[in-house]
Amino acid sequence: MSNKQYKQLSFILNGKKVSASVDVRESLADMLRNEFGMTSVKKGCEVGECGACTVLINGNPYDSCIFLAAWIDGKEVTTVEGLVDIDGNISDIQQAFIDEAAVQCGFCTPGFIMSAEHLLNTGKRFSRDEIRKALSGNMCRCTGYQNIINAVENTMDKRLAEKDTEK
Amino acid sequence: MEVGRSAKRVDAFDKATGRAKYTDDLCPKNAYVSRILHSTIAHGRVVHIDTSEAQKIEGVVKILTCFDVPDILFATAGHPWATDPSKQDISDRKILNEHVRYYGDDIAIVIAEDYVSADRAIRALKVEYEEYPFVLDPIEAMQEGAPVIHEERPDNVLGHSTIRIGNYEEAIKEPGLIKVEGWYHTPTVQHAHIENHVCYAYEEQGGRITVVTSTQIPHIVRRIVAQALGLPWGKVRLIKPYIGGGFGNKQDALYEPLCAWMTTQVGGHPVKFDTSREETFVSNRVRHAMHAHITSWLKPDGTFVARKLKLWSDQGAYASHGHGVSQKGMGAFPQVYPCDNVETDCWTVYTNKPVAGAMRAYGIPQAMFQLESHTDDIITQLKLDPYEFRKKNCMPMGYVDDFSKNELYHDSFRDTMDKARIMMDYDRKRELYKNQTGPVRRGIGMALFWYNTAVWPISIETSTSRMLLQPDGSVNLMTGETEIGQGCDTVFAQMAADAIGIRTEDVHVFTNQDTDVTPYGSGAYGSRQTYVGGFAIAQTGKLLREKILKHAHSLTRMPVEVLDIVDGNIVRKQDGRILMSLEKLSTEILYDFKLSESIAAESTYSVQSNAYSFGVSIAEVEVDIPLCKVKLLDIVNVHDCGTLINPALAEGQVHGGMSMGIGYGLYETLLIDPKTGRVLNDNLLDYKLPTTMDHPDLKVGFVENAEPTSPYGTKALGEPPTCSPAPAIRNAVLQATGVGVNTIPMNPHQLFKDFSKAGLIESEEERQLRKKASGDLKDTVIHVIGEQETKTPIETKTPEFQPRGN
Repeated sequence: MSNKQYKQLSFILNGKKVSASVDVRESLADMLRNEFGMTSVKKGCEVGECGACTVLINGNPYDSCIFLAAWIDGKEVTTVEGLVDIDGNISDIQQAFIDEAAVQCGFCTPGFIMSAEHLLNTGKRFSRDEIRKALSGNMCRCTGYQNIINAVENTMDKRLAEKDTEK
Repeated sequence: MEVGRSAKRVDAFDKATGRAKYTDDLCPKNAYVSRILHSTIAHGRVVHIDTSEAQKIEGVVKILTCFDVPDILFATAGHPWATDPSKQDISDRKILNEHVRYYGDDIAIVIAEDYVSADRAIRALKVEYEEYPFVLDPIEAMQEGAPVIHEERPDNVLGHSTIRIGNYEEAIKEPGLIKVEGWYHTPTVQHAHIENHVCYAYEEQGGRITVVTSTQIPHIVRRIVAQALGLPWGKVRLIKPYIGGGFGNKQDALYEPLCAWMTTQVGGHPVKFDTSREETFVSNRVRHAMHAHITSWLKPDGTFVARKLKLWSDQGAYASHGHGVSQKGMGAFPQVYPCDNVETDCWTVYTNKPVAGAMRAYGIPQAMFQLESHTDDIITQLKLDPYEFRKKNCMPMGYVDDFSKNELYHDSFRDTMDKARIMMDYDRKRELYKNQTGPVRRGIGMALFWYNTAVWPISIETSTSRMLLQPDGSVNLMTGETEIGQGCDTVFAQMAADAIGIRTEDVHVFTNQDTDVTPYGSGAYGSRQTYVGGFAIAQTGKLLREKILKHAHSLTRMPVEVLDIVDGNIVRKQDGRILMSLEKLSTEILYDFKLSESIAAESTYSVQSNAYSFGVSIAEVEVDIPLCKVKLLDIVNVHDCGTLINPALAEGQVHGGMSMGIGYGLYETLLIDPKTGRVLNDNLLDYKLPTTMDHPDLKVGFVENAEPTSPYGTKALGEPPTCSPAPAIRNAVLQATGVGVNTIPMNPHQLFKDFSKAGLIESEEERQLRKKASGDLKDTVIHVIGEQETKTPIETKTPEFQPRGN
């Protein structure tokens, strides 16, 4: 009855070239968690509704629970683990989540941070309503989103101010 | 002082970097997985389950059914054990159930090597049922001839309680009284924490079972698992890692007994059960839906003379927390507006629906919707002012409750109302929004809430803490109280720091309860932990200090009376001189040839008091009448939760509770098919959980009236923010439209009914009649709510404000 098929993949995970042999039915979320120990990738619905499993694929946010692992071959994946540098320094958006008390139970946090990271990486200025819209695919039941939006807005302001001074 | 400072969460770094480990992150890779077969009928009996085809599927380890489980009925409610049998929770279910009582009941389980095999096996199981009639409403379930859900309760009534104050029947005979009455209905909603419940279990040490689980109440669930399996309590060890939210759903034994039993059936091999989102909605717990009928008799000046409440609470299929929830809701009725003549009755009734249990604020969001909606109905009928009426009638300072002996030590209701009025510019807006016309109108409304901190004197309120001084002068803190996202580990660290005399950063909180290691605490519910845990921490900190200062005396020869611990140093009080650091003292004492001691303290505090917590919501809305849509423009919650231990975390807690309260008022409801009893919206797409787009920025205010019974001046905050947003929004809609919506959520479906009934828009019947009269019979398409034509009886213009998307 077993008809397991495996596929050999290689891709870039958090800046490092990796390879794996995966069951072709497996989701990217499961592969990242089970094969690579990326437990920041959380599963809250497994059908692409809650956003807890959001990762960046080639810089764009995806629900990794409904993205087949087999499709990742040759692509670049970033998870929250990848936002911490080799010396253990965390990114500005992670620090903002800590400073703004945007973390409560923490289960949605990595997904939110990845969606926010994508938004911030555009280098554009967004209104508060636009930030709300951009993050509406991530669900949180603890924070009422208030401090999460504050954290993203503040980080955006800081990054844009730094960009201005560089000019 | 560390208390009162917005210290950063002790767990924020780990959570923001993905390092915090939740149950599923810790499960061994070789664990078997499992899937439950849920019933596809609402009521009946499983006659036979044919497992033959399913057994043949490769990867299936074992299939177990309701005919295999221990013949033990157990209670799942997450309450401390009561040694008095009359106060114990109701045992009415087995690990898997032969008598199926709702669509989604657990009847069989497949243990497999992987999910694909488990899912295939579930689909291959063939079930033969004997079907019974079912009932989905608590009032109908109480009628003569209704289907009997549990044989031992032929009337389906799980509990009936009353309150009698004064003499209602006599009091209403007074001439000149005005009667106001109404029905109020609140829906079934689900907690929808983002981490679904998950647990795994294994055996070690020759038959001792360890369960690792996403729970709010590790010590309690340990006891329930042992009871469900008929084991001595010491044979079960329970570990709680980080948990991704609970809100009361995980204040219940969910699948821990099943998981523990499964491992015993496969030789102690680890077995995991993880709930899918769909199962979370159907087969975990939900909030009790309630019907309430309230009658008030008042003098024309707005003085209450007599009041009556009848309350029916929908328990669903099993007892879980049961009657306690409706009792708590009913208990609020005579407290918010004390009255000399009160008569209340509440019934908790079994139905063939998903099981209702604890959910954030335990009956009070229901009660506040009923009570505060009714309050504005009174105000409308008597043409009174909402603020003045509440100010005149609300619980006054000095009020003492007969049962709990709780006292209101401050003028909390009026203080919070006054602060909220200023924050929302309430008086001006209330005046501005008078007498509006047109399709798009605004309104502003308020609602109060009352909440009891913790559960004394209904149950024990016991907390234990253990403090271990480390050689570097830091302290490891363990309690049985659980971090579920609310931030208790951080406030415990702050409290302990003050109790000992060290910095918050030097308190290391052991966050993951393990019943083999962490001392007893009842866990996260009843907004109890900061209040109750605070007593144990203050007391244990004192014991630790005494031990440290005794050793400081040995090392410095200074009398204990002149010594203090400040910022991690032993200080002489008289001149403030630092005599030695705690680090030096701790290391020297540990390694001293004569005095050697690992300095530690542990103590239990059993609290014999309770504290009232209060607050108010004010909401401002804009209602698009033709579209039947409410847009929430602005909302504030002001709380008196005593002294704030950590203002930033307190504010975050209020935001989350407000969001849940807004969802309760405007969006959320678990829809059940009346023909089958099946839940129709068991997913996050169809169940309308608020997203970032669904409410405005949330405003929070505090009135810090220190609670005199608490060593830190604190009282409930975890649950209270959820209590009052829904009725405040409802009362704002009432001001805007003149329509009191007495059924939530106030979604377009509901508003269409209420607005057409009130003549604000054309009803479907009127529309059909008009079409017939005009001879236009072509359009037979059923009217879709939200696609209102331009030809409405109301004057139409382009709505000025666009409604938010949902």
